[in-house]
Amino acid sequence: MIDKTLTIGSTIALPKPELDLLLADLRGNGFQTVGPHLQDESIIYTNIDGLKDLPRGMLSEQAPASYRMIQTGKERYFDFIPGGQSWKQFLFPPRYSLFNAVKDGTWQLQENNEPAPHYALIGVRACELAAIHIQDKIFLREDFSDPICRARRESLFILAVNCLDPDATCFCVSMGCGPRHRAAFDLCLTELDDVFLVEVGSELGRSLLFNRTFDLPSAFVQNSANLAMERAAGAMMRTMDTSDLPGLLTGNLDAERWTEVGKRCLSCANCTLVCPTCFCWDATDQVDILGKSTRRDRVWDSCFNPNYSSVVGGNTRPNIRSRYRQWLTHKLGAWKDQFGVLGCVGCGRCITWCPAGIDLTEEVNAIRAEVKT
Amino acid sequence: MTTMLLNTAAHSAGYTNKLLLPHWAEVVRIIPEAEGVTTFQFKFIDPEVQSRYRFEPGQFNMLYMPGYGEAAISMSSDFDTDHGLLTHTIRHIGNVTKATSRLKVGDMVGMRGPFGTSWPLEAIEGMDVVIACGGIGLPPLRGAIHRIIRNRGKYGKVILLYGARTPKDLMYPSEYDAWQKADIEMQVTVDRGDDDWTGRVGVVPMWFYHFRVDPHKTAVLTCGPEIMMRFVIYEALARRVPSEHIYISLERNMKCGQGACGHCQQGPFFICKDGPVFPFRAFEHIFNVEEY
Repeated sequence: MIDKTLTIGSTIALPKPELDLLLADLRGNGFQTVGPHLQDESIIYTNIDGLKDLPRGMLSEQAPASYRMIQTGKERYFDFIPGGQSWKQFLFPPRYSLFNAVKDGTWQLQENNEPAPHYALIGVRACELAAIHIQDKIFLREDFSDPICRARRESLFILAVNCLDPDATCFCVSMGCGPRHRAAFDLCLTELDDVFLVEVGSELGRSLLFNRTFDLPSAFVQNSANLAMERAAGAMMRTMDTSDLPGLLTGNLDAERWTEVGKRCLSCANCTLVCPTCFCWDATDQVDILGKSTRRDRVWDSCFNPNYSSVVGGNTRPNIRSRYRQWLTHKLGAWKDQFGVLGCVGCGRCITWCPAGIDLTEEVNAIRAEVKT
Repeated sequence: MTTMLLNTAAHSAGYTNKLLLPHWAEVVRIIPEAEGVTTFQFKFIDPEVQSRYRFEPGQFNMLYMPGYGEAAISMSSDFDTDHGLLTHTIRHIGNVTKATSRLKVGDMVGMRGPFGTSWPLEAIEGMDVVIACGGIGLPPLRGAIHRIIRNRGKYGKVILLYGARTPKDLMYPSEYDAWQKADIEMQVTVDRGDDDWTGRVGVVPMWFYHFRVDPHKTAVLTCGPEIMMRFVIYEALARRVPSEHIYISLERNMKCGQGACGHCQQGPFFICKDGPVFPFRAFEHIFNVEEY
């Protein structure tokens, strides 16, 4: 019996099948457990019940414009990195009904007051947790608090996972976000072949382990986990030089490279949809056929959509060149002015899911090289 | 089963969703202004909302037409001059604004606001004021004109430069006499005259060649097409008016008014909350960047 002595920072060894019990306990406490699941040849984040739903023995192999699943045959559940989707879909729903306006003589508003689900996110990577914290600065500001995001954020349970095998598109080390978790999770898993190491990160996380008995990890197990994490950080192949990125990008709005990348970019908005920090949204009206009521929805939008910057006098960014420039100078530049941090965590999704294989680390390097010459 | 220490405040779901929720307002007066342009006066249905509502000239509301959506429309009056009514001069050109052309007295619209920064009417007290506007750029400045008239003694020389496409497009013509009586030097120009037009034909910035500017005590307030503002700024700077005394008001696609939806970003700014009125000093590093 060691549970009474568990404190924040303690690590225990959890036999893999017992993860099912933790997830069941989370559900018993009112949480909806969502995590990685193999579907349609990719990893998506969706409702999961336990180990049976996790992508056992699957690895993702990612490259610009390429995403393939590979079977490893190993008893590992979290080898894939990162999922095609990010967690932002749970905290910032892609479509959310705000209210109905109903005409019955006069117009009336019917607010959507459905209670927010309480999510337990299973398998959050360090880059993804950093992205959640970046979105906190956007949605939970002093001068603007998004009620939809806030309700979901404040009742969140985060079961983090340390990355041991970064993919070819990952560059979280450059962005200072990973691959190892440092804090701000409830529980954090490190997966070895036959056991999970579980670190306690919060009182909420500790309370989930209360009343259970666990083994302390042996020095050997602890050591293998540490070695694996060090190896992961060293295995990161992609890098981005972040020195004075805002100055580099916003100071070179007339660089030739913008024109060049503008010719390759399809303005499809994939990068903004998979990005865990992109936050732009639109509001639309869905009118019933009689014109007596209309539902107002908040939906994701993207700075690559042609209508995004349209005013009646025309579009302020009619060319793809200016849309790509807006996206990159915002994410790696003006974001810092607005929210105090850069808007990139190095997850590499925008590289993988760009149908043209545009790689932002390569674009940054090209602009750096162009400016030097 | 383990009972966890939950964040009970969050778990009790005490939040209501107020995002983009408008208050209803009714049309109390409709004034046809020019071809395709109408001035509406609105009043909130809920007297409590109406009594709390305050705004400054230069700010804007998000006007909601159910079924069509919202549009950012600037206040075109001064709060005190219009006894707290919400006055909006609207050009019927977009999806939402075309729908407003069918509004009748008593009809309801949704309103959220006011949002954004206002003209710096206190900061420029004691100075000469040049107001340079074109087309639908006059309505956002009309409240400033009314405020200046009510406090006329606090300002030096006041010059209003106003340009429209044709004489038919001139807005608020019935007020021009009152403005001039209040010692506002008004200069009007059109792009194309008609048979009865005896005034000037030309563009707004050229009026700078017709008067002298004391650069140490002149403030310029400008709103209109960006190409017009660009040359107004150029002429003002050429006369050594410092860029911190030039104020611009910008139009961008806006969906929220609170710096949240992202649409109106330009450089470090959200135009809806950091603007729409900016001292040109803050904006000059990006003002002329094409398509930024």
